[in-house]
Amino acid sequence: MDLDHIQRSMFEAVRQPLTASEGMRQRTSDGRSLRRIAEEIIKPNDRLTSFERLEIYNRQYWFRVLAALAEDFEGLRLIIGDRNFEKLSIAYLQDCPSQSFTLRNLGSRLEPWLRSHTEFIAGVEDIALDMVRLEWAEIEAFDETSKPKLTEADLAALGPNPQFDLQPFIRLLELQCPVDQLLLAIRSEQRENDIVSNAVASNSQRRRSRKRSLPKPARVFLAVHRADNSVYFKRLDAEAFGILCALRNGKRLSEAVECVNWKSVSGEQAAQNLQAWFALWSSLGWFCKTS
Amino acid sequence: MPANRFNGFTEYGVGIGLRIPHYNHILERKPVVDWFEIISENFMVDGGRPLAMLDQILEQYRVVQHGVSMYFGSVEPLNREHLRRLKALVRRTKTPWLSDHLCWGSVDGSYSHDLLPMPYTFEAAKKTAQKIREARDFLEVPVVVENVSSYAEFHASEMTEWQFLTEVVEDADCGMLLDVNNIYVSSRNHSFDPYEYMHNVPHERVAQIHIAGHSKFEKYILDTHDHAVIDPVWQLYARAIELTGPTATLLEWDDHIPSFDEVHGEALKANRYVREKVVA
Repeated sequence: MDLDHIQRSMFEAVRQPLTASEGMRQRTSDGRSLRRIAEEIIKPNDRLTSFERLEIYNRQYWFRVLAALAEDFEGLRLIIGDRNFEKLSIAYLQDCPSQSFTLRNLGSRLEPWLRSHTEFIAGVEDIALDMVRLEWAEIEAFDETSKPKLTEADLAALGPNPQFDLQPFIRLLELQCPVDQLLLAIRSEQRENDIVSNAVASNSQRRRSRKRSLPKPARVFLAVHRADNSVYFKRLDAEAFGILCALRNGKRLSEAVECVNWKSVSGEQAAQNLQAWFALWSSLGWFCKTS
Repeated sequence: MPANRFNGFTEYGVGIGLRIPHYNHILERKPVVDWFEIISENFMVDGGRPLAMLDQILEQYRVVQHGVSMYFGSVEPLNREHLRRLKALVRRTKTPWLSDHLCWGSVDGSYSHDLLPMPYTFEAAKKTAQKIREARDFLEVPVVVENVSSYAEFHASEMTEWQFLTEVVEDADCGMLLDVNNIYVSSRNHSFDPYEYMHNVPHERVAQIHIAGHSKFEKYILDTHDHAVIDPVWQLYARAIELTGPTATLLEWDDHIPSFDEVHGEALKANRYVREKVVA
C-alpha cells in the first residue's frame, strides 16, 4: 500500500463525525466499514484494536476543530444554543474543512455557508448572521496589516479633493440587529465569571452558554477597528458609514461626501459633522495612502 | 555537539515556550530566560497584537521558531503561501534554526491540524526528505525535524521509528529536534525500549531537545503538554544529554498553563542533568 493511499484512507476516517458518545462511527457516510478501513492500514496492539487506535485520532480531530470554532464564535453559540451550535459546526466543517495552515481561518467561510443552511438558525436568521459577520470581522481586524497612517496635516497636504484609503484592518458592517452590544455583554459576563472561578483561558471552549434574551432588531452601522492592538467596535451615523464605504471603494473625498443622502440634516449641520468625523477618524489613524 | 550546523552553530541553554498567559509577566518583570520558542503559525499574520508582542520580545530575548503545520510527510507539495509567510517571519525573528514535525496532516489542501504519524517506509522517507530539502532551500535557514508522539502503527511500515527518523534526516541532511517526552510516550504506546531509540539515532544531528509532560489513560498515553515532566522522562533526558552533549533544551507546557515561574522552574531542572554531564 503506497503513502498516498494510506494518507487518504486515514484522513477520510479521521474526519468522520463522532457518535453521540464521542466515539468513532462504525461506517463512513457512504456506508463503508471504518473497522475494515482501520484494520487495512493500522496494526492492533495488545491493548487496542486497529479501530480504537484510529479512533484516538478521530476524536482528537473533532475536539480540536470544534473547540476552535466555539472559541471564535461565542456569540453565535449563545444565540442558537450549545447543542445547535455543535450540530452546525459539524455540518459546516464537513462541508468546509480547514484549507489553511492556521486554525485562525477555520470560520472564514461560515457566513456564506450559513446563508445557504439557514435551517441551523431558524427563527433567529438575522441576528445569527449579523453575529457571524461581526465575529469574523473581529478576527480579521485583530491581525490584519496596517499601513502608515495619514495625520490631519497629511490630509490637508493632499489638496482639496484627495483620494485616500482606509486602514486594511477596518471592517465596515451594516447590521440588522445590535449584536455588538450583545457580544460585549457576553464578554463582560465571561470576564466576571473568570475572576470568580479563577478559570484559565483555555477552559473557555468548555464553558456552557447561558441563555439570555436577544436584542430587538435595530439597524446599526459599525466600524470594527483596531487601536493600540486591541479591537474595538465603533458605531457610526448612516452618513458617516456611507462616506467610509465610498472611500474604501476608491471614491475621492468629494464623491464620497456627495454619494451620501444628507436629507436628515441641514447643510450647516452636515459640515459640522464632516469636520468632527474626519478629525476623529484621523486621530484614530483610520486613513492611509491609496495603494 | 551543542553548537553544530543544524542549529546555526549556537549554544542556547534552557528555554520555554512563549505563551499568551505569560506575556505580561515577561514584559513587566523581564525575567532572565535563555531563549523562547514560538509557534510559528501564531505569528504568520500581517499585523496587530501578535507581531507587536513578538517585536517586544525580540528586543530582549532570543527566539527560535517551531512549526506545527508544514507537514513534511504529506504526499502533497509544500504550501507556497505557508512558506512565503514563514520566510517573512524567519527574517523578523532571525531564528538560528527552524523546526517542524516528522509527520503528515493534510490531503488535497485540507488540513487536519494534527500531527499524524508516518508509515515507516522507504517511499515515505524519500518523499519526506525531498520536502525538507525544498523547505530549507526556500527558507535559507537550517531546518530540523521533530519526532512526534504516536498512537498508531501501520502495517506498511518497513522499519522502526528511529530507523525511519535516521533515514529521513540523513537523506535530507538536516538536523533533529529530539523530543524525549515523545519518545517515552510512543515507547509506552507501542511497547518498545525508549533507550534503544535514543541510542540508535544520529546524535551528531541533534540540534535541540524537547521535554514535556503527558497524560496517562488506561490503555495509552496522550501527549498533552499539560503537566510537569515525569521522572522517567527526566532520566531519558539525562541519557540524551550524555549522548549528544549539552544541547538547547525547551520545556513545552501548552494547556493548564501555570505561572511563568512554575513553568520556568520546571524547565531549569534540565540544567541539573547538563551540569552532571559537564562534571562527569
